[in-house]
Amino acid sequence: MFPRPIQQRSRAAQIAYQAALPLALILWLLPLIGVAITSIKPAADLAAGNYFGMPSSLAFSNYVDVFTNSPIGQYIWNSFKVTIPTVIGTLVLSSLTGFALGIYKFRANIWIFFMFVAGNFVPFQILMVPVRDMTVQLGLYNTTLGLVLFHIAFQTGFCTLFMRNFIRALPRALVEAARVEGVSEVRIFWYVVLPLMRPALAALAVLVFTFIWNDYFWATVLTTSKETQPVTAGLYSLNGLWIAQWQLVSAGAIMAAMPPVAMFFLMQRHFIAGLTLGAVK
Amino acid sequence: MSLASTNIHARPNRSWWKQNQQMLTPYLFLIPGIVFFLVYVIVPVFQSFWLSGFDWDGLGEKEWIGLANYRELFDDSAFYTSLNNNVLWLVLYMVAVPLGLAIALFLNQKVRFMRAYKSLFFFPFVISQVVVGLIFAWFYAPGFGLFYLLIEWLTGRGIAVLADPDLVTYGIIAAGLWPQIAYTMILYLTGLNAVDPEQIEAARLDGAKGFRMLWFVILPQLRPATFIAVVVTVIGALRSFDLVSIMTDGGPFGSSRVLSFYMYEQALSEYGYRMGYGASIAVILFLIMLVFISGFVWKMVGDERKGF
Repeated sequence: MFPRPIQQRSRAAQIAYQAALPLALILWLLPLIGVAITSIKPAADLAAGNYFGMPSSLAFSNYVDVFTNSPIGQYIWNSFKVTIPTVIGTLVLSSLTGFALGIYKFRANIWIFFMFVAGNFVPFQILMVPVRDMTVQLGLYNTTLGLVLFHIAFQTGFCTLFMRNFIRALPRALVEAARVEGVSEVRIFWYVVLPLMRPALAALAVLVFTFIWNDYFWATVLTTSKETQPVTAGLYSLNGLWIAQWQLVSAGAIMAAMPPVAMFFLMQRHFIAGLTLGAVK
Repeated sequence: MSLASTNIHARPNRSWWKQNQQMLTPYLFLIPGIVFFLVYVIVPVFQSFWLSGFDWDGLGEKEWIGLANYRELFDDSAFYTSLNNNVLWLVLYMVAVPLGLAIALFLNQKVRFMRAYKSLFFFPFVISQVVVGLIFAWFYAPGFGLFYLLIEWLTGRGIAVLADPDLVTYGIIAAGLWPQIAYTMILYLTGLNAVDPEQIEAARLDGAKGFRMLWFVILPQLRPATFIAVVVTVIGALRSFDLVSIMTDGGPFGSSRVLSFYMYEQALSEYGYRMGYGASIAVILFLIMLVFISGFVWKMVGDERKGF
C-alpha cells in the first residue's frame, strides 16, 4: 500500500492524520456547506447582514416557498421524464451492441468499436446546429421525446464501450459450451450473457441517470418551455427571477441536486465501478 | 438424409438462419445502435462542416457563401477572446490531474469512516454543473460571499471576481476544477487499489520512499489511471459551457466566453440566428479536439489490437 499505512507511523502522526481528515473535508466542501446553510436561513437574516453565522431560526419555509411559488416541481418532474426513458433506451441499445462487439469476431468489429469510441469524445457543440434542425424537422422540438432520442444516441457510445469491455472479460467458455449444446445465438444473449451483465447494467444505469439529470446544454438547446424543460435549464431561468434572493436560489439548487445525490449514495459501489472503468488494467 | 432435406424444404428460412446465425447475429444486434449513433452523432459532425459554408438563419433559405464565415471569424475579436479562454481552460484544467492524485494519496489509508470520507470528497462530481455554478457564484458574491470576505479580510479590499474581466475566467475555471479534481481523485483511488504490494515492499527494502517511490514505482503503475484522467480533463475543458452560461453568461463584456459558449450565442443569438457562423465556430472547436481525439483513439485501438 502506498503511502505507508498510517498505523505504522508514530502515535502523533496518527492523531494528526485523524484531525486533518475532517478539517480537509470541511475546507473541500466549504462552498457547498455555505449554500446549504443559506438555504435554511430566513430572508430577514440575509437582509440584516447575517450571511456568515448560524441562521437565527431554521427556515425550511424557503423550501416550501420554492416548491409552491415556482415551477420547480414541474421542472423536476420533467427531468424524470427525460432521464428514465433515456436510461432504459440506452441500456437496451448498448447491451445489444456490446454483446455483438464483445462476443463475435468479424472484420468490421474493431472499426465499429472505433466509431463508438471516437464519437464519444466529440465536443457536442458540433452536433448542436444539425441536431436542433433535425429535431425541429421531426416536429420534436421542445418535446421530451426529442431530448430523449438524442440522449439515447449519444450515451450509446460510452455505454457500448463499457458493455463490450465488460462482456470481453466474461469467460468465453460459457458461450462456446452453449453453442455446442445447440442453443441459438439470441437465446445465448438472453439466457447466458444478459444475466451475467447485471453489475454492468446497474453501473451504467446510475451513471447515465446522473449524466442525463445533470445535462444542461441539450436541455437549453432542445427545450424552451416550462412544460418540457428539465430542472437544470429551469434553474437558469429561476436564477434570473430570484435575483439576490440567495435563500431561494440555494434551496432550489439543493432540491435540483437531490435525485442524483440520492442515487449516488444508494448505489455508490456501482457508480464508482462504472466511472473508473479502465483506470486499472 | 431424406429427413433433413424435407426439413429444409419445409422450413427453408429457419434452416438458412440456423446455418448463418453466427455470422448474422452481430449485425442484427448492431443495427439499432449504429443507426441511432450515425443519425445523431456521426452524420451531424459532417453536416456541421457543410453548414459552416452557408449563411443561414435556421428557418429560411440557406445561402452558400464558401469560406466567408471563416474569414469573418478570423477577424472577430470575440472569437480570439473565446479561443484564448479555451487555451486557458485547457492548461489550467490540467491541474486537476496532480491535485486529484494528491488527494487520493491523502485518502488512501485504512482508518475508520474512510469510505464515507472518500464519497464525501467525491461529492462535487455528482451534482450538476449548474448547481456548482450557483454555489460558486454565491461563494464569490461581492459583499457577502465567503471568498469575497476572505480576500477582504486578508487584503482589506474585496474582489468581485465575476465582475472583473481579467479575473472572471480564472474564477470560473476554479469552479470547474472542484468537480474535476473529485473525478480524477476517484480514478487515482481505484488505481492505487490495484498497485502491486510486492513491488512496493521490494522497493522499500531497496530504500525507496517518499517522492522517489512515488515517481519511480507508483506512477508507472498508475499509468492507465493517468491516461483516463488526462482524457476526461481535456474533454471537460473543451466542453465547458454550463459554468460560463450559469455564472456570467459570457460577461462581463464577453470576457469569459469560450468557444462552445460563443458558438451557442451566435447560432441562437437574440439578434437573429446565425447557424452557419455558429457551425464554423463549432468546426474550429472540433478541429482542436480532433488533435486529442486521434491521439486517444490511436492509443486505445492500439491496446485493443494487442489484446485481441
